[in-house]
Amino acid sequence: MNALPLLFVVVASVALADDRRSGYEFMSRSTQAMQDDDMSNPAMLWVLDGEALWKAGKPSCASCHADMKGVAARYPAVSSGRLVNLEQRINLCRTEQQLVKPYAYESKELLSLTAYIALQSRGMPIAVKDDPAVQKGKALYEQRQGQLNMSCAQCHDQQAGRHLGGSVIPQGHPTGYPIYRLEWQTLGSLERRLRNCLIGIRAEPYGYGAPEMVELELYLMSRARGMKMDAPGVRP
Amino acid sequence: MAARALLRVPQRARRGEVIEIRALISHIMETGFRHSERGASIARDIITSFRCTYNGTEIFRARFYPAIAANPFITFTTIATESGTLRFEWSGDNEFTASESAAIMVE
Repeated sequence: MNALPLLFVVVASVALADDRRSGYEFMSRSTQAMQDDDMSNPAMLWVLDGEALWKAGKPSCASCHADMKGVAARYPAVSSGRLVNLEQRINLCRTEQQLVKPYAYESKELLSLTAYIALQSRGMPIAVKDDPAVQKGKALYEQRQGQLNMSCAQCHDQQAGRHLGGSVIPQGHPTGYPIYRLEWQTLGSLERRLRNCLIGIRAEPYGYGAPEMVELELYLMSRARGMKMDAPGVRP
Repeated sequence: MAARALLRVPQRARRGEVIEIRALISHIMETGFRHSERGASIARDIITSFRCTYNGTEIFRARFYPAIAANPFITFTTIATESGTLRFEWSGDNEFTASESAAIMVE
């Protein structure tokens, strides 16, 4: 009589086994080694700049915020009545609290601050909140678009682990952003990466900071909920 | 923002030990072969030389060319001979210079 519940438990745990893998696991060993050593990870150069920016200005970020542990793992989130990603949240702080101009997307300053904040969530599980925008992001993720008429899901759900040209298709979990992408030879945000994919399928990419972009980011983060952050990552 | 550098130099080493040294520096390494969106050529801006001295004696030198990627990362080995300072110097186009140093204890 006792065997039946036990069997259920076994079946359930097999079904729940997590086969989600961070992009890190799809990389070559040498690229992994580059990310693992903070003295070899080029993204740490931006972290140094970010730390300096964090303490600069009046009022400085540091004068309000003690530490930012786990913050990057919770974004995108609703702030000031709208869904914003971490970069937009930094700029909100700048315009509303520090009363200075927002940084441009992909500017060295914005990436540096993002990297400095993201580093403080390293090893922590992704924990974005549920929001109606998750479903909107999911719809965008599954929407075929562009001249190639492809959706994100077709590569990153259905073909993940297989190859596109010479590169492995990862599952699309945004655990390491902002990333130092070797192809870019610089640090870049998740939005930049998403624009790359959109251009790849010959779709018109959403603008930086567009609601669709942030919804997609939120969906990807919710899809990776519980996975450990490894930001700032190195990716090929 | 000023150039940032990251160094990996062992803090302690045995005398005669072969030690690995890594030096990473932030630099755009603009090749000089690219054009802007308006068609104007973008001037070359690269690091051209790297030098490492160990208590004043040069132990490693490298020349960099436009094919070197941005944020050049260089790894080399040397023999730990005595306690002291390793000094790293980079120089390049547009009067670019940067230097960093690291201490090593040899016992």
